[in-house]
Amino acid sequence: MTAPLLDIQNLVKHYPGRPPVRAVDGVSLTIAPGQTLGLVGESGSGKSTVGRTILRLQEPTAGRVLFEGEDVFALGTGPLRALRRRMQIVFQDPYSSLNPRMTVGRTLREPLEIHRLAPPAQMEARVTALLDEVGLDPAFAGRYPHELSGGQRQRVGIARALSVEPRFIVCDEPVSALDVSVQAQVLNLLADLQQKRRLTYLFIAHDLAVVRHIADQVAVMYLGRIVERAPAPAIYSAPRHPYTRALLSAVPEPNPRATRERIVLTGDIPSPAHPPSGCPFHPRCPHPKKNDRCRTETPALRVTSDSPAHLAACHFAEEPI
Amino acid sequence: MTEPLLRVRDLKTYFVTEQGRGTARAVDGVSFDLYPGETLGIVGESGCGKTVTSLSILRLIPEPPGHIRPGSLIEFEGRNLLALAPPDLRAIRGNQIAMVFQEPMTSLNPVFTVGDQIAEAAIIHQRLSRKAARARAIEMLTLVGLPDPAERVDHYPHQLSGGMRQRVMIAMALVCHPKVLIADEPTTALDVTIQAQILELLERLQAELGMAVLLITHDLGVVAGQADRVVVMYAGQVVETAPTTALFDGPLHPYTEGLMAAVPRIDAPKSRLQAIPGQVPAATAWPSGCRFHPRCPHAWTKCTIEEPPLLGDGDHTARCWLVQEPGRRKRQPETE
Repeated sequence: MTAPLLDIQNLVKHYPGRPPVRAVDGVSLTIAPGQTLGLVGESGSGKSTVGRTILRLQEPTAGRVLFEGEDVFALGTGPLRALRRRMQIVFQDPYSSLNPRMTVGRTLREPLEIHRLAPPAQMEARVTALLDEVGLDPAFAGRYPHELSGGQRQRVGIARALSVEPRFIVCDEPVSALDVSVQAQVLNLLADLQQKRRLTYLFIAHDLAVVRHIADQVAVMYLGRIVERAPAPAIYSAPRHPYTRALLSAVPEPNPRATRERIVLTGDIPSPAHPPSGCPFHPRCPHPKKNDRCRTETPALRVTSDSPAHLAACHFAEEPI
Repeated sequence: MTEPLLRVRDLKTYFVTEQGRGTARAVDGVSFDLYPGETLGIVGESGCGKTVTSLSILRLIPEPPGHIRPGSLIEFEGRNLLALAPPDLRAIRGNQIAMVFQEPMTSLNPVFTVGDQIAEAAIIHQRLSRKAARARAIEMLTLVGLPDPAERVDHYPHQLSGGMRQRVMIAMALVCHPKVLIADEPTTALDVTIQAQILELLERLQAELGMAVLLITHDLGVVAGQADRVVVMYAGQVVETAPTTALFDGPLHPYTEGLMAAVPRIDAPKSRLQAIPGQVPAATAWPSGCRFHPRCPHAWTKCTIEEPPLLGDGDHTARCWLVQEPGRRKRQPETE
């Protein structure tokens, strides 16, 4: 088995407050080179915080992240900047993450200049090549973000991430602001680029159907913790955690004859400042076996089926709902 | 045959663009009927005109820059809403036709309690006393399943979660027991488990109160689960209309087909999606002929020149020449 490209060990991120907000509360994940890990969760689950913390866009509270064996949290400013060449991010809202006063060409030139990746004479050719790679005409180099559609802006965001030739990209809800027909274009582009450039993705999303089309592995987060993790086919065909089951059943199916039973959870997602005791999901859990143990003892993420790669954090993961 | 509750005919809502350089024909000749007790889904992507259509029904279009063109008709129980004097319109708006918006935080007033906001319509339209209106507000909050309604009635919007705010919006809309509820992307801003709750709530309330629902959404999954009939919009026009099962069983318009193929499915393995090439054109410059022709895999010369009307028989129609000339359909349209 190949060594993971990214190894997240017991990552914790608490925001100060009374009480502190436990955004990420002990997350461990690995991603193998060339693979896509889908990180799924609803608002407040901590999925975006995981993405930002491993790039050190936010400083962690505790834990360790190894990228190609290098301890990301131990790096000083210089080595960190060098590391950012290898790890990039694509944001959800390409409008607020592009500088409105910079042309697309300048946005793409900037990282090339900072990392001295191209001599001035080759700059224009590099920008043209990047635009071409994400399916945009070279004429886009002269345009400003407000002149572009949402899909075009997201292509620019992807081109900017690619400009420094990274090995790993955090895709933070990259298609959730896009219309369905354009969303499909961008998802296909990400898949093509991954093949061509041997990229590794952490794909953060709230939409389980989108994740199904891109991910090799899926991890489901709830209130700062991983509640289930498995190879993608297993998560979708045999979910073990009651939250994953409810989440899957709640996705509206574009089929009026669908007979799938919808598990409607009661109540709201609790605040990460006041996570419930024991299993964080217990107040909303529909599992018939739910008992006092769920209220007091936090379930560990453990192997729950024949497959050692399928983990779930539920005391009753083996029991049918 | 029952009479429609709401009849929309040849609705045209145009906007003068900021620089005065042109006219955006946001809604450009839309017609449909809404029958008592049914759910009609209007589905389409950004810029197709679905929200402008819903705002036009209640005459909530800011004028200027917008205006509803002469010749448009919006008839509610036989009265043309576009010809009503403001007091007559106010007697219908929020009373017999109510609306739920996508973003509950921006559509609730942050400085009034939710109870006051729910009670307002009951005081205005049904002349309830303040005390009776407050009791009514608590009753409505109970109906929409808000926990601790007697306490929550005195809360301000910022004290509630997104899902609770949307329940409050629904309580506000339903306080006068409207005959028509217009729900514009009512679950788009919500998490999927909360969306499931709100959709179930709308279904239950519709059954209990017997109202007709005009459900505006970009989500084919939501439409499939909720609507009896569907209107598909593209570039300011209705491009297809059909009963929900007929639409999903056999879409006639290549845009509808493309949209269905582009939706990521939870039951499909990791695979490429079928994208619709290109993007929605600008409302100031709709393409000639069929407005979908630049993105259509089947288009031929006629499509670039002549605009198709809604074709087909009975209750399933599509704005596409293929309905008349099915032989022109290409077997394997190239993707992307």
